[in-house]
Amino acid sequence: MRPAYPPIVFLTLQCAANGIRRKGNKVAIKDGLERMATAFKDEQTSGHTPVQSDAVVVRFAGDSGDGMQLTGGQFTLSSALAGNDFATFPDFPAEIRAPIGTLFGVSAFQINFGSSAIDTAGDQPDVLIAMNPAALKTNVGSLREGGLIIADTGEFNQRNLDKAKYTTNPFEDGSLAKWQVLAFDISALTLEAVKPFGMGNKDALRCKNMWTLGLALWMFDRDRQPIIDWLNAKFAKNQVLADANIAALNAGHAYGETAELAGPLKQYHVDAAPAPAGLYRTVTGAESISYGLVAGAQLAGLKMFFGGYPITPASAILHHLSRLKEYGITTFQAEDEIAAICSAIGASYAGQLGVTSSSGPGIALKGEAMGLAIMTELPLVIVNSQRGGPSTGLPTKTEQSDLYQAVYGRNGDAPMPVIAARSPVDCFDCAVEAVRIAVEYMTPVMLLTDGYIANAAEPWLVPDLEEYTPFPVEFLESVPEDGFKPYSRDHKLKRPWVKPGTPGLLHRIGGIEKEVDTGHINYAPANHQAMTDIRSAKVNNVADSIPDQIVEQGAAGAKLAVVGWGSTYGPIKQAVRRKRAEGVDVAHVHIRHIWPMPKNMAELLKSFDKIIVPEMNTGQLKTILRDQFLVDAQPVNKVSGQPFTIAEIEAAIGSAL
Amino acid sequence: MNDMTPVKATTPKDWETDQEVRWCPGCGDYAILKAVQRTMPEIGGTPENTVFISGIGCSSRFPYYMETYGFHTIHGRAPAVATGVKLANPDLDVWIITGDGDALSIGGNHTMHLLRRNLDCQIMLFNNEIYGLTKGQYSPTSRVGTNSPSTPYGSVDRPATPCAFALGSGARFVARGFDVSKNLPEVLNAAHAHRGAAFIEIFQNCIVYNKDVFEDFAAPKGADGHQLWLRNGEPMLFGSEKSGGTKGIALDNVGLTLKVVDVVDGDWQRAGVIVHDVTNRSLAHMLVEMPFGEFPMALGVLYDDPRPTFNDAVIAQNESASAGKAPDLGKLLAKGQTWTVAEGHPEI
Repeated sequence: MRPAYPPIVFLTLQCAANGIRRKGNKVAIKDGLERMATAFKDEQTSGHTPVQSDAVVVRFAGDSGDGMQLTGGQFTLSSALAGNDFATFPDFPAEIRAPIGTLFGVSAFQINFGSSAIDTAGDQPDVLIAMNPAALKTNVGSLREGGLIIADTGEFNQRNLDKAKYTTNPFEDGSLAKWQVLAFDISALTLEAVKPFGMGNKDALRCKNMWTLGLALWMFDRDRQPIIDWLNAKFAKNQVLADANIAALNAGHAYGETAELAGPLKQYHVDAAPAPAGLYRTVTGAESISYGLVAGAQLAGLKMFFGGYPITPASAILHHLSRLKEYGITTFQAEDEIAAICSAIGASYAGQLGVTSSSGPGIALKGEAMGLAIMTELPLVIVNSQRGGPSTGLPTKTEQSDLYQAVYGRNGDAPMPVIAARSPVDCFDCAVEAVRIAVEYMTPVMLLTDGYIANAAEPWLVPDLEEYTPFPVEFLESVPEDGFKPYSRDHKLKRPWVKPGTPGLLHRIGGIEKEVDTGHINYAPANHQAMTDIRSAKVNNVADSIPDQIVEQGAAGAKLAVVGWGSTYGPIKQAVRRKRAEGVDVAHVHIRHIWPMPKNMAELLKSFDKIIVPEMNTGQLKTILRDQFLVDAQPVNKVSGQPFTIAEIEAAIGSAL
Repeated sequence: MNDMTPVKATTPKDWETDQEVRWCPGCGDYAILKAVQRTMPEIGGTPENTVFISGIGCSSRFPYYMETYGFHTIHGRAPAVATGVKLANPDLDVWIITGDGDALSIGGNHTMHLLRRNLDCQIMLFNNEIYGLTKGQYSPTSRVGTNSPSTPYGSVDRPATPCAFALGSGARFVARGFDVSKNLPEVLNAAHAHRGAAFIEIFQNCIVYNKDVFEDFAAPKGADGHQLWLRNGEPMLFGSEKSGGTKGIALDNVGLTLKVVDVVDGDWQRAGVIVHDVTNRSLAHMLVEMPFGEFPMALGVLYDDPRPTFNDAVIAQNESASAGKAPDLGKLLAKGQTWTVAEGHPEI
């Protein structure tokens, strides 16, 4: 397990305090030591007292088989238990087990945690933990100058260097000069730690991620016990595996403690972030949407039917709901995307809350059926966890490029309410809102989220369900005094919902144009005009039931408004906060109700001198704002499959003014 | 099918809507509609518990003419909509109305999976071997050489055999009839009595675009020599003195194929005529593939061997997975990786 390359700047660690020479702990330190001072702002030099830090960004990167998502997830738990605010960004390849050591097989998990409000996963990591050359190569570029690289030299052999397309060893060629490097043989140390358990080499090396996690827990002054408990629970059926992983975790932690005295490794402490009192949990967007749909169905007094078809990154919603049968939920894995939505429409027709979910390509397939739900005026929630497109695009990368598809992407004049969640936590309320609109207006509703929100986790003050106002559905169950007409309307233009099985209210519905009131087939010109107008007016009426658009920061009339939607919320919020702190007159408007928009939107947007719209697409909300309000909204676009950084938005604000 | 106690006995008239029927005069669909309206009182159906769900095509207008609940959906997707309806309310008696293009071309996938899953419903596939509503293009069941607007030099692809497709997809009930047959209600009765997906192919005469393509066996003249009406437990006999003698279907023990045999003096046993067993799947495979011409057209219930239904299985699992669990969303949200921030902690 010795490094296969000639180590040129290997310093054998001397414990300066007691002069004890320890074997095996070799630290390769490049000539970046002098930059240590910039590693974290609150640098201090004394021995064992942890360095205080406001916020730290750590990125775990390794092969897709190295368990980086698991490591990141457990580190997230530890951050939560330490009371830090945080945001995570799992960034993994589309391939399940890409060839080991390849650049495209790198899986990474980034977490930003801090003692004040954290809204993004962080622009640039402060610490990069790279488990192999490919992980180093693909991730080091984003590391902050002066940041710390922790790398496993056990994996930096010629074969892996070749796979990562390194022609020279990065530890030797000076290419890492602007960072601090702590490179040592984590593989060998792990093998040594788990030796007593008699595992084969392959299995023993699987404990590497826990060794690394142990080191990270030490670095950030974290309690190991919750992770030990978790390992004991996870490997309850195989105590040897549990013990080996715990031994690796402890060894990594002990390494930190002993290696601290020389080299760039330091212990940091991040205080708990201010937060309202209460019970918290971590939640991902996919979990939050699932729970929100359950809550929505309960508030509506309905059973839920979820028709889904596996697709990245939307499948997690199907998985979560499949385990919640006792909540009156039927989940159906359909034969394709079309059957998934059509079965949900069938269930809505029969009196349940029909829900379907997918990502861009699947949403495209569902388009015709959405038209059917619009024409038959049945409630339906369609969740789109957006990913990079077009076509198959970038299945595991995030994008906001389905806004046109959501608002305009159907044949005919087919208006449909669209709402967008801004964060994992926000998904809960958005899902409740989508259900409310669907049943109160008898319409399909599209709920937009994206791959970033779906997978990212953040702390969530567990909501009190008593605070949500129920919106119970009333089915029509008998003939009204003035007779039964399936397409009669209430003041909101909603038609009655009649369940098959109800005596006396037999009727037929379908995708052919309906006659006003009666719902009979009718192709007459005046009737089609009337029905098109009614469908449009009904969806516009949703605006009567939604709150006015608020300004997140700043106020109406500011020199510049940054108008966003969806998962750009975090970076926009932080960028606007920073710019306002500099005295810039900039406001942040973040739109949840995309269609229809809040009634005050025109007036609000026209109050700003300038408007920029940062989006992870080529300018789709910008188009809608221009179209709806004739305002000079200017696009700020990024379509790299990665979220905006705060710095990018700050720069956009700077150049707009 | 479903245990329904009719409030009062219905008559065929009770199943007619006030809507003007818009099929071409002389279309076979009229006869099928009448047969269904005759069948519903016989099976003791109640209109409010009955749902007709269709796709797109001439046949799919059917629900508008039935005084029941009805859903005219989109092209090919009726089986998917029906699946949601039945899972949401298994007490409903679900009938799917579809055609050869709707069920086997654009909706082939859904048809296959509905049959595989065995959703408790009836699927009536009106097979006229043509696209009628789009003005006469050849369909997936059109015979090779069919001249149509899209195949002016004749179609070149081989047709699908709907009943073979159904069996191959795992169907547990397969039957055949034709529009003007007096036996159609009997076939529909049997389909309804089958708990599970009951697939019925109904040959239907499109008098405008594919007139009389089934005349060879459907015409009253010579019918007994061209139609083999299958009945469980009865020998497979057809023909009469008038049509050139009584014949039967027997097994060629050497080639393991079916063959037509003459029955002399009514002694069908001596001729080796097979007694129809609706639960014999191998026999069903041979019957659906029996080429017309050399053989008569196999009609009636070809196969009927129920298996547990999809809807029953889903509901049973929903119940067993829920047993002993009190749904409490508040508690659910408070599970997992949780921690408590105490009062007095700095607020944001």
